[in-house]
Amino acid sequence: MKVAVDEDKCCGAGQCVLIAPEVFDQRDDDGIVILLEPEPDADQHAAVRESAAVCPAFAIEVIEEA
Amino acid sequence: MCQRDDGGISTYKPRLVTASGHVLIVGASAAGLSTAEALRRNGHQGRLTLLDAEPHLPYDRPPLSKQVLAGAWEPERARLRGQAQLEALGAEFARGEPAVALDAAERTVTTASGRVLRGDAVVIATGLTPCRLPGQDGLAGVHVLRGLDDALALRALLTAGTRLVVVGEGVLGGEIAATARGLGLEVTLAGMGRAVLGDQLGDEIGGLLTRTHAERGVRLRLGAAVDALTGEAGQVTGVRLAGGELLPADAVVVAVGCRPATGWLEGSGLTLGDGVECDARCRAAEGVYAVGDVASFVHEGLGRRLRLENRTNATEQAQTVAANILGADRPYAPIPYFWTDQYDVKIQAHGLPSPAAEVAIAEGDPEQRRFAALYREDGRVTGVLGWNMPKQARLLRQRTLTTPPLPPT
Repeated sequence: MKVAVDEDKCCGAGQCVLIAPEVFDQRDDDGIVILLEPEPDADQHAAVRESAAVCPAFAIEVIEEA
Repeated sequence: MCQRDDGGISTYKPRLVTASGHVLIVGASAAGLSTAEALRRNGHQGRLTLLDAEPHLPYDRPPLSKQVLAGAWEPERARLRGQAQLEALGAEFARGEPAVALDAAERTVTTASGRVLRGDAVVIATGLTPCRLPGQDGLAGVHVLRGLDDALALRALLTAGTRLVVVGEGVLGGEIAATARGLGLEVTLAGMGRAVLGDQLGDEIGGLLTRTHAERGVRLRLGAAVDALTGEAGQVTGVRLAGGELLPADAVVVAVGCRPATGWLEGSGLTLGDGVECDARCRAAEGVYAVGDVASFVHEGLGRRLRLENRTNATEQAQTVAANILGADRPYAPIPYFWTDQYDVKIQAHGLPSPAAEVAIAEGDPEQRRFAALYREDGRVTGVLGWNMPKQARLLRQRTLTTPPLPPT
């Protein structure tokens, strides 16, 4: 799995950090998403998919392995 | 059939949709589309139909009053998903096809063109209808802002020097006023409340936001009811307040709130109160669910009904609805959350901040326009607010708000 984030779309909600703190963080100054792990381990995949699904700005793209 | 211990709160029987069942979703905006995606992600392989009154591909609403209205984003950028992603869903999209009736017992939906569709599960995601002012429909230059077409029509009027009156001091009214000031319009914001967002966030935070608007050159007429719209030859010329003052206007935006779009559900057999009344599992009847702005659900943590008009609720509730359709037994008990961006101010509100609460600054400094605050009622934290401090507000939320239960209000 590969993860990409769109900082321009991100509204700093932090939903992703609540769900998958090992993969996402937020910048201190404006709350915009920081991608900690662009190729997360398998045990993180479900949380990453959930993060992408609830992101209110649809700013997280998950590319599943073919 | 799954086992439940519902304590009398969950009133409708679950109805398991098998892998080959048909899920019919009415409304393809954030809540409806997220439900469809969550169904597929959770393994639903059966038929999936999304009916939508909108002719457009599904789009997001928060940018409409900001980036789209400002012209910074072309409408395509507000799309929730690209064409390829929508196709990958394997769903039938019926666009420009409003639902006009539901038979909840039969789970049949009739569309405006006369089609009748039957679902093994039906999901109601029809959102909101904006309230209008008497007399606005016959007047050119008066707009509501709910859909993409509304935003584009309004955007065409927002040229520098235009006199715009925004009626309504809530989230939408505040955002539109801010966007219009950014475009160089003469903006007046009129509303019944004492402060911008005062009804949502109280006088203290609302007062600070009101000052922000004043500093940016918005003329404020708060605590003022609208008496009438004035017009000449079918074109709006102004807004007359109850006190008699006339606010001259070339364009008027009416942002005085919305109602759940439930008109089509009269006679459906569902209970309609403030929205479609659901149990704690978001079920409105056996096999019938509601999601998003239109859904009134029992929040088990609060022990009362809640209906949330915010963007995060649409997607979060969709996860629960999709899981329950496929046989889970998940109550929906979220920590509510909304955000608003006005000028360079990013406000994030977690929990249930209310004008009744005491507000205490927890971090930062309001004078620096960067702080986080806690809302307390009866000594318990009921809400967390971030003002240009989104990360700190989220951390405070994690420390102070739990789900369930939230403190009763």
